[in-house]
Amino acid sequence: MATKTPSSTGAPGTHGAVLADPAPERDRPLVELRGAGKSYGNVRALHGVDLAVHPGRVTCVLGDNGAGKSTLIKIISGLHQHTEGEFLVDGEPVRFSSPRDALDRGIATVYQDLATVPLMPVWRNFFLGSEMTKGPWPVRRLDIARMKRTADEELRNMGIVLDDLEQPIGTLSGGQRQSVAIARAVYFGARVLILDEPTAALGVKQSGVVLKYIAAARERGLGVVFITHNPHHAYMVGDHFSVLRLGTLELSSARADITLEELTNHMAGGAELAALKHELAQVGGVDVDALPDDVPDAAGGPAPDSADKSDSTASDSTASDSTASDSTVSGTAEGKA
Amino acid sequence: MSMAPQAEPAALAPPAPGPQETDGRTRERPVALRLLARPEVGVFLGAVAVFVFFLIAAPTLRDGGSMATVLYQSSTIGIMALPVALLMIGGEFDLSAGVAVITSALTAGMLSYQLTMNVWMGVVVALVASLAVGAFNGWVLVKTGLPSFLVTLATFLVLQGVNLAVTKLVTGNVATDDISDMDGFDQAKALFASSFDVGGIEVKITVVWWLVFAALATWVLLRTKYGNWIFAVGGSQESARAVGVPVTFTKITLFMLVGFGAWFVGMHQLFSFNTVQSGEGVGQELIYIAAAVIGGCLLTGGYGSAIGPVFGAFMFGMVNQGIVFAGWNPDWFKAFLGVMLLGAVLINLYVRRAATRR
Repeated sequence: MATKTPSSTGAPGTHGAVLADPAPERDRPLVELRGAGKSYGNVRALHGVDLAVHPGRVTCVLGDNGAGKSTLIKIISGLHQHTEGEFLVDGEPVRFSSPRDALDRGIATVYQDLATVPLMPVWRNFFLGSEMTKGPWPVRRLDIARMKRTADEELRNMGIVLDDLEQPIGTLSGGQRQSVAIARAVYFGARVLILDEPTAALGVKQSGVVLKYIAAARERGLGVVFITHNPHHAYMVGDHFSVLRLGTLELSSARADITLEELTNHMAGGAELAALKHELAQVGGVDVDALPDDVPDAAGGPAPDSADKSDSTASDSTASDSTASDSTVSGTAEGKA
Repeated sequence: MSMAPQAEPAALAPPAPGPQETDGRTRERPVALRLLARPEVGVFLGAVAVFVFFLIAAPTLRDGGSMATVLYQSSTIGIMALPVALLMIGGEFDLSAGVAVITSALTAGMLSYQLTMNVWMGVVVALVASLAVGAFNGWVLVKTGLPSFLVTLATFLVLQGVNLAVTKLVTGNVATDDISDMDGFDQAKALFASSFDVGGIEVKITVVWWLVFAALATWVLLRTKYGNWIFAVGGSQESARAVGVPVTFTKITLFMLVGFGAWFVGMHQLFSFNTVQSGEGVGQELIYIAAAVIGGCLLTGGYGSAIGPVFGAFMFGMVNQGIVFAGWNPDWFKAFLGVMLLGAVLINLYVRRAATRR
């Protein structure tokens, strides 16, 4: 098990092995779900989900609240076990019993809030739980100089520049905190990074910061699972999109095969959106004509820059989707930007 | 929006980014601010203020002997305030710490006397008992997830009752029998309750232990893994667990550390007075907690130092003795303490807010 995945030990510095992996390995998914599902008693939270995470690729999982996103990441991160289908890591079926198991296989999860201790300095947070020490036992002590240096290097590698690593991490912005958590996961040998709605609580600029680091993690050869309910954020960095609805996979599409409009539409639920538009028209005060049509715009090309072109119109449609509260806020703001 | 152009030329505008790459919002804070952000700075200034005040108000306090008394008084509070402070940084507090001291002393005293053993046997058994009480507190807390207030309040009541009842049962009295003529007493007294001479002034050994423990606690807190874990479990238990900090181990050992402190102070009381009153100790736990809070430890955990409580305990000793030497009614002591506590907490709060603001 361990011999097959030398870079999954979770020890500091092993992340280098990821970059050294031979090219053919790139095609094999690091993590794969085949028809996976999860039932809590007689409640089927997730059913028949296929998902593949490749090195150097960002797999976006989208879905409304209650669509099963959390259940999905809990399976991959080892908090819960799947009850149907298969879960493979490096091609082997696995069944994790704790998050530690997942970490040992190089699967790190960055939770939205469970990432840092606010009053502790940045560098202490970076190494928390895996501190570097020096000296024999009775006087074994923290190697503070080395930890600070390493933390600074690693953060700079991810494009995060902090002048004062001694400042409590709580004084950083939400996006920076999230980024430190990502840099930490990368440093401690993560091959697969699961990001649980990293942009949900963030403003426009801070979301941009996090998206940048997601791209940076991808550049370093990590497989990224990006969970979000904001199609715009997903489309900016994603290579593959999976949309969950009521516990099943509604859409699974490579970037080349889908436009932002289609993605947004899937995410918002085309029919529901039409109904909502109709209701809003009756309430009045909403210029329905300005909203985009429900039918996906076939003209929109799959090229990345189509995201920018269609941004303002598409984000308005998100704004009218009152169920996705977070994307409402950031989506609207983005539309104005 | 319209305010922006006016605000721009103001002096408060953020400094232009230097040649070095910065992100513009994490510029290095001034040294003075960083110094103020240390948890023990507020209490240090407070201790100096109280010290100067009583030197002026009570001239007899300037005498070396009086100073030694102040330090002795401070040390008996201070030795206990240290583990209580560490526990508080770890996010919990222990209401049973006061009576646990007496429990420990009673255990050692009665066991040695009743079984006519060498006192060291009693001392060792008392240590085991104290650590067990601490481990029990921690274990119940971790297993049930109850707040430490409830768990240790229960322990406090149990120990208080057991102290009185068992002592009466065993000795037929409210105090233990005098153990001063028993084997090993002199050795134990030398360790826990002796005094030595410094330039003609008699200094109690507890003062030395106090400072040694404080130095040790500071080192552990700031320079070891375990210290890192203490801050982490107090600051955000869930985050700590998520990154692999052994939360259960850290919490239980912190409670056991309080048990160790209770044992040490208990032994000091036993060997300086030869006998222990079973009803004592009630209310002391709040003094320890107050010393830790005055020392800059955050009641809710995750922030504090080991040096702060040293100054906190010193303030207690200073006020306690100062009032006596100034010739005032000692009944004022508690009132003075209350004011001091509130003042210290407010200063700490203000200082921390000012210093950690970005």
